[in-house]
Amino acid sequence: MSTPGAAPPPGVDPSGLGPDVQPSMIERYGLAQRAEGFVAPLLTTVLAFLVGGLVVLITTGKNPVTTYRAIFEGAGLSWFFEVGNYRIGLPFSDATVWFPWNVNDFESVAAVNLQQTLIVTTTLVLTGLAVAFAFRCGMFNIGGQGQYIVGGIWAVWIGTSFDGLNPFLHITLAIVVATLAGAAWAGIAGFLKATVGAHEVITTIMLNWIAIWVGSFLFGVGGPLQNDQQASVPFSNDVVEGAKLPILWGDPLLQGLHVGVFFAVAALVVYWAMLNRTTLGYGVRAVGFNPEAARYGGIGVRRNYFLAMAISGAFAGLAGATDILGWQFRLSTGDVQNVAGGLGFTGIAVALLGRNTAVGVALAALLFGSLITGTSTRNLDPEVFQPELASNLTLLIQGLVVLFVGADLIVLWLLRRVRTRVPA
Amino acid sequence: MPERPVVLEMEHITKRFPGIVANDDVSFDLREGEVHALLGENGAGKSTLMNILYGLYHPDEGEIRIKGSQVQLGSPRAAIDAGVGMVHQHFMLIPVMTVAENIVLASEPVRDGVLIDMRAAERRVGELSERFGLQVNPRSRIEDITVGQQQRVEILKALYRNADILALDEPTAVLTPQEARELFEIVRGLTAQGTSVIFISHKLNEVAEIADRITVLRRGKLIETLPAAGATEQSLARLMVGRDVLLRVDKSEAKPADPLLSVSDLHVIDERGIEQVRGVSFEVRAGEIVGIAGIDGNGQTELIDAMTGLRHVDGGTVVVDGHDVTRVGVQAHFDAGLGHIPEDRQRRGLVLEFSIAENLAVHDYRSPPDSRFGWLSPGRLIERATRLIREFDVRGGGPRTRAGGLSGGNQQKVILAREIDRDPKVLIAAQPTRGLDVGAIEFVHRRLVEERDEGRGVLLVSLELEEVLSLADRILVMYEGEIAGEFPPTATEEQLGIAMTGGGRGEEAA
Repeated sequence: MSTPGAAPPPGVDPSGLGPDVQPSMIERYGLAQRAEGFVAPLLTTVLAFLVGGLVVLITTGKNPVTTYRAIFEGAGLSWFFEVGNYRIGLPFSDATVWFPWNVNDFESVAAVNLQQTLIVTTTLVLTGLAVAFAFRCGMFNIGGQGQYIVGGIWAVWIGTSFDGLNPFLHITLAIVVATLAGAAWAGIAGFLKATVGAHEVITTIMLNWIAIWVGSFLFGVGGPLQNDQQASVPFSNDVVEGAKLPILWGDPLLQGLHVGVFFAVAALVVYWAMLNRTTLGYGVRAVGFNPEAARYGGIGVRRNYFLAMAISGAFAGLAGATDILGWQFRLSTGDVQNVAGGLGFTGIAVALLGRNTAVGVALAALLFGSLITGTSTRNLDPEVFQPELASNLTLLIQGLVVLFVGADLIVLWLLRRVRTRVPA
Repeated sequence: MPERPVVLEMEHITKRFPGIVANDDVSFDLREGEVHALLGENGAGKSTLMNILYGLYHPDEGEIRIKGSQVQLGSPRAAIDAGVGMVHQHFMLIPVMTVAENIVLASEPVRDGVLIDMRAAERRVGELSERFGLQVNPRSRIEDITVGQQQRVEILKALYRNADILALDEPTAVLTPQEARELFEIVRGLTAQGTSVIFISHKLNEVAEIADRITVLRRGKLIETLPAAGATEQSLARLMVGRDVLLRVDKSEAKPADPLLSVSDLHVIDERGIEQVRGVSFEVRAGEIVGIAGIDGNGQTELIDAMTGLRHVDGGTVVVDGHDVTRVGVQAHFDAGLGHIPEDRQRRGLVLEFSIAENLAVHDYRSPPDSRFGWLSPGRLIERATRLIREFDVRGGGPRTRAGGLSGGNQQKVILAREIDRDPKVLIAAQPTRGLDVGAIEFVHRRLVEERDEGRGVLLVSLELEEVLSLADRILVMYEGEIAGEFPPTATEEQLGIAMTGGGRGEEAA
């Protein structure tokens, strides 16, 4: 029953949207995103780190400050503090310009660690955008992991085949096909939502499992993409040299930073421009904010559901290809079955913390990339850090972030509730 | 009339919210057995004052005395104990429970210490309903009775809790004219037995009819408390808005020309398989306003949705300016020359998160000059918004202001601007003044008449009979998915009311 001119009963309308509008989770999220800018995500992060530190203190008795310091250095972020007078060469010329950081140093511990951090950040930017784009259309894409795997599978297949092809063509082919494959995989969920109304959370989760088991079959013992050398080991061949991404900074043999980092930067720009400067983005945002108003305005809601989901999947598929061609070079059944540590899933936390904006996703990806690298067992001192806790700490903080993103909505809701006690 | 004792005094009440003073030194009193109307536009502070009385807000300044003794109303419970009852605009009833169960809820008569004495409850409800002339069957379930009867249940709920001060918040908003008449009888019956009634409304004619005294609020301030005798609608409107308002729409004789919208034998079946529109046919000609009156839920929404491409048409045709739009998409309707002001501007009319400029572009963003090859030109959007904001006098922000931050009246102006600026042949306006204040209503009405005089066909669908009567050149009444009759604008509310309820065939309205 709706009646004209109703003043909302107090406390019932935290959204401030007026009577009769019960905001969905997505709407509330959009509101929070708009309202509090950088404050809430920062608060979320600080809170997550505080609680994480408490866990370190209680479970291991170590000093959390030293632990976080170790993570910071393990992530190579200390490299940025080694400022000096350096010169870097400009591309396509002999000229050099002043630069505060020594990019010629690619062997120091800090530099190597930072390269690892940036490699992970690259992937997280892409998988984060995969979640964020769907979110802006009012959908929750939990299927980033599956789309990432599907992209990876195609990159492995193309990367291990066509030996001798021109490297530029080979890489382009692998990336384009993997990106399209990710788009198609997510597009299935978008299509199902648009046509029969199947909820994207359910379908993307199910598609994740299909991707995982298809991968397990392909790379498993006797599978069509299993390697030729060791018949008992379930992983693929390595991609051929010509299909590997060029290394930008660091030692090619020791996982230097590959050019895929530019894909991430480009993807961030594309994401922003697509949402804010194209008719496609206009439709996506309109549907995301208010599907009913979009429909009344003549915007094809179903079409946008499908497109937004497919574009989301494209980002994740690209992430999969970038990892395969950039540093991983092969997939094993263990890789595709690694659900908890999957960078596709971490993309959800990245998007949530980054508030689905390009800048936010970039920063959140760097945060999680640093955490993942900084807690990897590679350079751990058991004195400051319990190895058992190491990578779990990342997952813990990741979980806390997701939890607090929910919690800060509660905080915002309370704030808003106080504010909206203004009469209608 | 002898001076009756004062039962309620609210003195020098001030309530501040961040950035706004909702009640600024407002004093209000209520005498035993009187009807004291509280009149004001949306946002004037009526609801705040009543929420203070009901213990939901605490005043920053001022005091409340009930029957002479000062009270602290810290919660609704305290207010109820002090004898205050409130009937909200949105009923707070549990649909699957019976009338009696709803009434005794939270103060059930108890038998043997633990069991609810349902028989005693029903008896008590029966007594009350007889004493005050509020006929309802205590054993009926809420979901089976009409809106008017549900309202009686709400009133009984307050009386059951021994309320002798009863506040009714916009009580006629949901009622048919006949039901409103009955409510007035009930209110008179209550006051005759000593109950004092606060009647909150923005409908001038009602207030003038039912009230003994009227208090007018404007922007949180008390403007005047005056006896209803001698007050005219015009004088009340001036007090309420602060300037002279055109109450009756000033319009010339319609000069209808060629038909622009033809609907013939339209059938619409909803998701549940119920036929909501059953063979509706009518025409809207250039230069006329056709009004569709009816009680909510008689197929008007489905009819509009079907005409605008939002809902599947199961039979019949819709033709806009010579284009058959029966089975084309929403955008094709707009392109054929249809303008649509949806009935729920916040949910359907606007994307509240979008700026004014973005909202104004919703029909045109795909084509030049708004965009080229899929690339938007934000500059163009801003340009148009700047022009329309000036032309339609949208206040409260610029092109980049979020639509959700505007007041209801200004939101409606944005929608009007968007639909009219596309130069439509036919304008469908569904509930165009719902929830707007007097000033904004005047603007919308004037604009609709102007568009008629420009030679457009206007279809007005409204639940407000008064609005249909004052604007329309022809009136169609919808009842249970059919056109139950056509009336000239000279018809009375009673004639329309009878058609709206199925020609007196029964009371199973809505």
